[in-house]
Amino acid sequence: MKLKSLVVFLAVALAACQPNESKTTTAAAGPLTINGAGATFPNPIYSKWFDEYQKTHPNVRINYQSIGSGGGIKQLSAQTVFFGASDGPMTDAQLAAAPGPILHFPTVLGGVVPVYNVEAVTAPLRFNGAVLAGIYLGTITKWNDPAIAQLNPGVKLPATDIAVVHRSDGSGTTYIFCDFLSKVSPDFKQKVGVSTSVNWPVGVGAKGNEGVSGLVRQTPGAIGYVELVYALQNKIPYGSVQNKAGQFVTASLESVTAAAAGVTMPDDFRVSITNPDGADAYPIASFTWMLLYQHPSDHARSAAMVDFLKWALNDGQTFAPSLGYAPLPQPVVAKEMQALAKIQ
Amino acid sequence: MRRSSDDRKFRLGTGAFAAIVLLIVIGIGFELTRQSMLSIAKFGLKFWTTSTWDPVSGDFGALPFIWGTLYSAILALLIATPIALGIAIFISELSPRMLRTPLAYLTDLLAAIPSIVYGLWGVFVMVPFVRKLEMATPDALKQLPFFKGPPLGVGMLAAALILAVMVIPFSSSVAREILKNVPSTQREAAYALGATRWEAIKVAIGFGKSGIIGAVMLGFGRALGETIAVTMVIGNSPQVTASLFKPQYTMAAVIANEFTEAADELYLHALIEIGLLLFIITVAVNMISRLLIWSMKRRVVAPIVVPVIEEATA
Repeated sequence: MKLKSLVVFLAVALAACQPNESKTTTAAAGPLTINGAGATFPNPIYSKWFDEYQKTHPNVRINYQSIGSGGGIKQLSAQTVFFGASDGPMTDAQLAAAPGPILHFPTVLGGVVPVYNVEAVTAPLRFNGAVLAGIYLGTITKWNDPAIAQLNPGVKLPATDIAVVHRSDGSGTTYIFCDFLSKVSPDFKQKVGVSTSVNWPVGVGAKGNEGVSGLVRQTPGAIGYVELVYALQNKIPYGSVQNKAGQFVTASLESVTAAAAGVTMPDDFRVSITNPDGADAYPIASFTWMLLYQHPSDHARSAAMVDFLKWALNDGQTFAPSLGYAPLPQPVVAKEMQALAKIQ
Repeated sequence: MRRSSDDRKFRLGTGAFAAIVLLIVIGIGFELTRQSMLSIAKFGLKFWTTSTWDPVSGDFGALPFIWGTLYSAILALLIATPIALGIAIFISELSPRMLRTPLAYLTDLLAAIPSIVYGLWGVFVMVPFVRKLEMATPDALKQLPFFKGPPLGVGMLAAALILAVMVIPFSSSVAREILKNVPSTQREAAYALGATRWEAIKVAIGFGKSGIIGAVMLGFGRALGETIAVTMVIGNSPQVTASLFKPQYTMAAVIANEFTEAADELYLHALIEIGLLLFIITVAVNMISRLLIWSMKRRVVAPIVVPVIEEATA
């Protein structure tokens, strides 16, 4: 709901700016309008960034339509927008289908957390990959299943059925969650796999983070997964998840950033950081990416966009925590600054 | 001379507008087919009859969505029709004159509420109620295929109920207008033959039968295409089952849910083919209802409304 009202507000704000534009574009140095489209997950921080950046750079205006990652990739490939944004990296097939080489730039990090509603259980529950995969595959069906009980010594778990809730709309959140489960459970990888929408063997689908958390809250015995941003902003308690090092980590901005520090970054930045190394890394985390052509024909816009990204990767990162996003670790920023030089 | 040329211009002008409607419908059908060619070529008729919907492996079958759409719409109609007719009969035949206008106004107002509002009401008010209802279902009933499954609240029953609430104002408004247009001579004749009030109303209903069927079918069309409110309460799980308690899925809902994030070509084409199926089914339902009305009109000696107009113009 918040996203929607933000989009409406943006649209109104843009409409209000329209007469200005027609006046100034006739002048020699009118504001440069750059259009982008893509993922909904980073929309709040992107809106904030474009807004803040414009304050110091009044001659550049960046518009962003949060139409979803798939739509962003599609529009970028069709060259109807100057940049795209996605919660999952483009596939090799998608890159090959694009009219020119496309570069990925991680901007911020997000995490996905398990939320649940178990009667009479107040202590935060602990999960691991095997248990979460079992629940979402339908092989673990009761809350007092030995696999769950073993992770939570001292917690009295009821014998109630587990009501599984997942996202019904295609979403980067589902992508990250399935990516983690596929890494830790070969069974999950084979039966379900990784995508923004998957063929869930069990459970009910609810629309958006608000739909999932709403349904979990009102259904006894329910479990669901939501974005960390959403859980933090709405103060929803969530469980901890065991990482590769064997530690139970509760998601926080720090533990999500730590996840990004635990992977070796490839040169194209297309990397999954779920289930990373590192004792304090939260295992269900991901980058979100901005997508740019490496050899754009429009040099003025390209220069402006590169300048914006440099700002976003450095000064811009300070806005991330207040909006619930985990900032990038310093080595990643340094590597991206080098990669930005490739755009010409 | 001038008058007839004006007439011709007028006819051409309005004819052009009517042609636009036709063009739009043909255009929709053409464009939906064109943009779903990949899926049509790959799955053929199997698309109608298989139940797997797996975006990961690129295997698509629309049967659960077709099932969910028709099942929820038919259930909604079963619930809504008696209520809508009751409202229409009360307002047009039995209600005190003072209540008539406010009641009619209020039912029409229900039709103006945005579906997202119905959806939110469904999630926060109706679903918990449905869950209680499901939990209170006696075990003996749960043996029946209609009541199998855990008490989740969301599912087919919730979807049918919310659709019924949304359909009632449409059906009852049209039915009310139909009953209002039944010439009073019909009722007077019935009274003259010694009919009771109920019998006179039955005569009026019989007279307006084809129009009332039209009112019900209008509601059916609305139920088939309803998206957001249904998505929010149906549970969005593609399965073919008669159970009212189990989560299911509709065609409009899967398009709304998955279209934005569908980046793969085949996946997109499969979603658009679902749109094409919905289009075909809607057209078919409308044609069947036309046939039904037409066959009924032939049986009734005096067609409704039409004679009234003819008398007035004659």
